Amino acid sequence: MDAAVTARGLTRRFGDVTAVDQLDLDIPRARIYGFLGPNGSGKSTTIRMLCGLLRPTAGSVEVLGHDATLESEIVRRRIGYMTQRFSLYEDLSTDENLDFIAEIYGLPRSEKQQRISAARREYRLDDLRRQRAGTMSGGQRQRLALAAATLHRPELLLLDEPTSAVDPQSRREFWESLFDLVEAGTTILVSTHYMDEAERCHQLAILDRGRIAAEGAPKALMQAIDAAVIEVSCDQPRSAHHVLEDLDQVRSVTQLGSRLHILVDPTVSEPEALIRQRLRDAGLASQVERTAASLEDVFVAATRKPLEVAA
Amino acid sequence: MSAWRRIKAIAAKEARQLGRDRLTVGMVVGIPLMQIVLFGYAINLDVRHLSAGVADQADTSWSRQLIADMEASQVLRFDTRVATAEALTEAMRLGEIAVGVYVPADFERRLVDPARPAAQLLVDGSDPTILNIAAQLLQMPAPSRPQQTSTTSGLFELRNFYNPERRSAVQIVPALIGVILTMTMVLFTAVAIVRERERGNLELLITTPVRTVELMLGKLIPYILIGLLQVSIVLLVGRLLFHVPLRGDLGDVYLAALAFIGASLTLGLLISTLARTQFQAMQLTLFIFLPSILLSGFMFPFDGMPVVAQRIAEVLPLTHFVRLSRGIILRGAEVGELASEIRALLIFFGVAITLAVLRFRKRLD
Repeated sequence: MDAAVTARGLTRRFGDVTAVDQLDLDIPRARIYGFLGPNGSGKSTTIRMLCGLLRPTAGSVEVLGHDATLESEIVRRRIGYMTQRFSLYEDLSTDENLDFIAEIYGLPRSEKQQRISAARREYRLDDLRRQRAGTMSGGQRQRLALAAATLHRPELLLLDEPTSAVDPQSRREFWESLFDLVEAGTTILVSTHYMDEAERCHQLAILDRGRIAAEGAPKALMQAIDAAVIEVSCDQPRSAHHVLEDLDQVRSVTQLGSRLHILVDPTVSEPEALIRQRLRDAGLASQVERTAASLEDVFVAATRKPLEVAA
Repeated sequence: MSAWRRIKAIAAKEARQLGRDRLTVGMVVGIPLMQIVLFGYAINLDVRHLSAGVADQADTSWSRQLIADMEASQVLRFDTRVATAEALTEAMRLGEIAVGVYVPADFERRLVDPARPAAQLLVDGSDPTILNIAAQLLQMPAPSRPQQTSTTSGLFELRNFYNPERRSAVQIVPALIGVILTMTMVLFTAVAIVRERERGNLELLITTPVRTVELMLGKLIPYILIGLLQVSIVLLVGRLLFHVPLRGDLGDVYLAALAFIGASLTLGLLISTLARTQFQAMQLTLFIFLPSILLSGFMFPFDGMPVVAQRIAEVLPLTHFVRLSRGIILRGAEVGELASEIRALLIFFGVAITLAVLRFRKRLD
């Protein structure tokens, strides 16, 4: 089967700012494909180009076999889009919002009620039928938004940072729902800046300043990391941080409580020895060992800067 | 078929949201009621106890008789007495009096001289009510003197300070329908699309199969009904409180109102596609509202305006509606006789909705 999304040289500029720069994408069907990147890395802009909301400055993008710009109306019937900000009507109730969406997509009258009640059951909205969206919690709103985005059974679901306003428990449930959809054949493209979410994707693209810095399955990315990952445990992690940062071979230092994750240039033959030596010279007692890369390490190695997120 | 379904869905959604917005619901009924009551009473001719001033330089029994007669009519209340005409003018400038009576020292001689007015009535013409009262006072007979049965010149010479035009209650109420509709209709739709943009709803809406025309028409429908409701309120209150006659056909009034509502709503939609924020939309609405009120013939007679102003006025829907409503309600004209005005409104509607649809893109850039 052909790819759900194919992009070649996809570029979008806003004035002098290049938000998306020469992006090539091949998103396979019935998979969860993730965009991982900080704010401003081009995630939202790319998604908006896929659903025809923004025109590319250069390059081409095909969604479900149609040109996303020229044939956007055809594409729009077959995709579902969940915006970053809640975009259903806050002054309408669950049922009113779902009914509105069903009418707009022209669901067959015979199926409409049945599909709405199925969606209510699936996304646990039965107790919220008459509640207005504006008075719901972040998790409830997000379930409603997902129910609305999937009501017309789209082949491709675009989710732009869907879980930014949601607690961890709701996030888990949300991802369970996504896997159910994928099992039913839906392709999902999700953007996130959460590592744990990114790790759940089948395939991942790490975006940095509008470019793909790394791409692949999360596990493969972690195994193929282009750096040695060293973990240091010590009593004075701040001092160790400063000492190690100055080493030319050290690409980055990330502190995790009393531990430090250090990415060392892969050309260094014995990275543990290098780190151990440096810390001993500085008079810092520590435990140094090599460890497996986490996704955050992959991200840091790919973008050469720690991910800055508002947690 | 599915297009009609989408239009209905948009209209139903819009109506529902509107019904939940208490302030807007209040405006729908409150604005016409408030406006007609305010305008209606301001132009009520039966006003009493206006504060007045007098400068009686004659100070004879005749002049005192004149002042007493005026006070007895209960229209004026003389609580300011000054010595000179200048002091009278000053009191008016300060807003202490609305009407001033100046009786010159040679009052008695002037009374018998047909070439010269006997006294002067100073009127604060910035308020149309007062001007109307002045018109009444001008009809007042001179204090009677047995040997002199009539004076060919009037008792007073009218000096209108601030207002070049007189108008009456019935002239205002029919046109007021148009003013109220301009105020509410343009504003409602001007914020309609901008609001969805600000709240983020538009980003979702434009990724659905809904077409621009469907979105626009769906948004118009509830407001058309609201407009007709407001017309009814103004007509009813105008009749009950101010006895405004309806000489033409009621159906014709609604027909004209419908054309005008359509033109005003699409004007609002056009504004909505130009503005980025609700605040901008409101400013643009005001930008339309002021010339509409000033140039439409509602406040000043159309024929008296400079040609440039007339050209601008011809573009504004309110101008055509003022002619229609005065024609139908007051002169008993039929809508067919005013077809050119209806046509102008329909052309405006067509052009505005085309521009709005063309300007609105189902995109964010």
